[in-house]
Amino acid sequence: MQKTLLTVAGLFCASVAAAETPVLTVYAPDYFGSEWGPGPSIEEAFEARCDCDLQYQTGDLLPRLLLEGANTEADVAIGFNSDVSKRARDSGLFAPHGLDLSPLTLPLEWNDDTFLPFNYGHTAFIYDNTKLDGFDSFEALLDAPDDVRVVIQDPRSSISGLALVLWVNAVYGDEAEAAWARLAPKIVTVTQGWSESYGLFTDGEADVVLSYTTSPAYHIIAEEDLTKSAAIFEEGHYFMVETAAKLAGTDNGDLADQFLAFILTEDFQTMIPTTNWSFPAALSEDKWPEGFQELPMPETVLFYTEDEAAALREPAIEAWRAALSQ
Amino acid sequence: MARSALSIIAALVVAGAVIVPVAAVLWRGGGVAALSAADWAALRFTVWQAFWSAAISVVLAVPVARALARRAFVGRSALISIMGAPFILPVIVAILGLLAVFGGNGLVNLILGPLGVPRLDIYGAHGVILAHVFFNLPLAVRLILQGWLGIPSERFQVAASLGARLFWLLEWPMLKRIVPGAFAVIFVICLGSFAVALTLGGGPRATTVELAIYQAFKFDFDLSKAASLAVVQMVLGGVAGLIALGLARGDMMGAGLDRVVQRWDGSRLFDALWIGAAAAFLLLPLAAILVAGLPGLLDLPSSIWPATVRSVCVALAAVVLTIAIALPLATKAGEAASLLGISVSGLVLGTGLFLVLQPIVRPSDVALPVTLLVNVLMSLPFVLRILRPGIEGARADFGRLGQSLGLRGWALWRIVYLPRLRRPLGFAAGLTGALAMGDLGVITLFSRPGEGTLPLVMYQLMGAYQMEAAYGAALLLVALSLGLFWLFDKGGRVHADV
Repeated sequence: MQKTLLTVAGLFCASVAAAETPVLTVYAPDYFGSEWGPGPSIEEAFEARCDCDLQYQTGDLLPRLLLEGANTEADVAIGFNSDVSKRARDSGLFAPHGLDLSPLTLPLEWNDDTFLPFNYGHTAFIYDNTKLDGFDSFEALLDAPDDVRVVIQDPRSSISGLALVLWVNAVYGDEAEAAWARLAPKIVTVTQGWSESYGLFTDGEADVVLSYTTSPAYHIIAEEDLTKSAAIFEEGHYFMVETAAKLAGTDNGDLADQFLAFILTEDFQTMIPTTNWSFPAALSEDKWPEGFQELPMPETVLFYTEDEAAALREPAIEAWRAALSQ
Repeated sequence: MARSALSIIAALVVAGAVIVPVAAVLWRGGGVAALSAADWAALRFTVWQAFWSAAISVVLAVPVARALARRAFVGRSALISIMGAPFILPVIVAILGLLAVFGGNGLVNLILGPLGVPRLDIYGAHGVILAHVFFNLPLAVRLILQGWLGIPSERFQVAASLGARLFWLLEWPMLKRIVPGAFAVIFVICLGSFAVALTLGGGPRATTVELAIYQAFKFDFDLSKAASLAVVQMVLGGVAGLIALGLARGDMMGAGLDRVVQRWDGSRLFDALWIGAAAAFLLLPLAAILVAGLPGLLDLPSSIWPATVRSVCVALAAVVLTIAIALPLATKAGEAASLLGISVSGLVLGTGLFLVLQPIVRPSDVALPVTLLVNVLMSLPFVLRILRPGIEGARADFGRLGQSLGLRGWALWRIVYLPRLRRPLGFAAGLTGALAMGDLGVITLFSRPGEGTLPLVMYQLMGAYQMEAAYGAALLLVALSLGLFWLFDKGGRVHADV
């Protein structure tokens, strides 16, 4: 009974609110909308300037949008990864953002008219610098003794795991399977997602974990712990960018445009580093928080366009699977 | 005949609740997809590891259950309760606990290392089976222990006074009746393994069907592939269930006075060893979870409390609903139907429910009810496995007596059956509540920020680098699950022998 009353009250309040202020519905991955992600502060900052109500719906972004199709309530979706955005683009659900992309500060040129970058990072192997000397190249990691314990993520279930197989492909090309065979004895295990791997690393179950160049910043800023470093490889690092896009079928076009424009503002960009623990996509380095400015950056950035990534995905995963199944 | 009509309806509803969502995904995906060579390899590994996991769990459970059944010692009841904990642990938490004991820097290696024993490597197919035994041994022990406690103590007294061989006369027929069902339910649980198989399997050799489904859904958005694999899971689970239930024959023990068994046979030393080994295997990882979680308890965010309340509400609702459905469903057909629920991938089930509900309501508005429904479907097989032997026994032993006294319907249940079912009902309710507490389940498909359950908050903390707080949340989750389990389980045992 109480629950019914609450539901009725909730619906009532919701409909009153809806009548007064327009609602912008933003679909986002779970980590983005959680109270430890960038979602809440972005919501607050945007609502202060739009006179609207920003509501997140969290979950698996692309599967959900594809399930809902044209019936989706989403006005904007944020949190796509370029390695799998081809599927999103091909769905025809998204409309061009129409923004000037000159404020972008990405380490490579970006002129996508639909998917707007909001932050980026690079895949990297993280290690404890009090226990290991680190590795200055991919070769050095492959040559490391087999008792160095490495954990990685599964490319079939994790976006960072997928980035790793593309990275290996970018560095080793046709020799990818042989490279995997050299890494295989050091790989303790492969986890479903990033969290499980990182937990194994912080628990001391692994010496080296596949993560991002920005991971040490978390330990430096939030924990004042300087012992975690990213190994910077001379062959270069695979670039990962997260993007947002406007739904073509939105009935809140103006608000959606406003939100996308907001992404490129300094207000939005300064929130990214310490909430999403990644590099802001449109903010000059001198405005990055301390801790980020000092992070070593890869000299070479490796990247596949979404078409290349889509074509390479299957053979790259197969090279990984074949070598690790030995 | 009203009873059997109700049973059939209940079985159809449960089977429908699984089949309709899977059919919806299949329909949306445009039909059945062919399985690739990699899918077949995954299928073979899945069946292989599920078979061995279930076989080892059940074989080890027999001596442990017997030792627990015939020994009385201080703390026995608490030990039985707490040994059930691994079964209700969220997967990721259990893996952390297991690694603290068996991992590269785990307790076992710390102790054996200085003795010159080569480092134990948990990663590989053996690690997957070890973890599955860790999860499922408690369930097997409890199911078989129940069988032992179901043998009227008067029988043991009579048999002992006649000098009969207790095992062949009393225990073997009981095991023949109980063990196949226990095997089936554990086999089907292990068919759905995903994170355990991946993390402890050490790599792509340990690929399961569930991983193939996850990949098809999340990366390829290949619904037809995901649904086809779910159908394969359903067929496997259904066949396993039917075979096991067909095998599970054996005489009922007849009625007794419901007194606690007193035994004089068997070696005390062996029993103590079995109980000690099982307790160490099951409790050391739990202790590790406790140690890892304590510091994090201080870092828990305030949002953990509303999430906790939501989780407890879902758990309590799941208990009520599951028991209500389970009572009319406690037939062979009902149990077979219920096995469909755990054999099918939660991801496909959730997606199907999403497709079915989407035209009617906003999926995120019904996130908790849908989570509840899926939890009920997932708990039913265990609950039925626990309740059915008791219900059938009570019917066979007291049904006619009750009828001859003119008891019918609710009165028959209240006066005759329920008091006899108190113990299995308490256990079943405790298990359902605890499983529902720890289930991350389909809420990830539907949730809105700030409306998550406790397991979801735990995963969010992990995803935000806050490992310590996440372990704190895990500890809270384990403590609450165990508390809930203990309350119901204890409630079922209040009428102890006097």
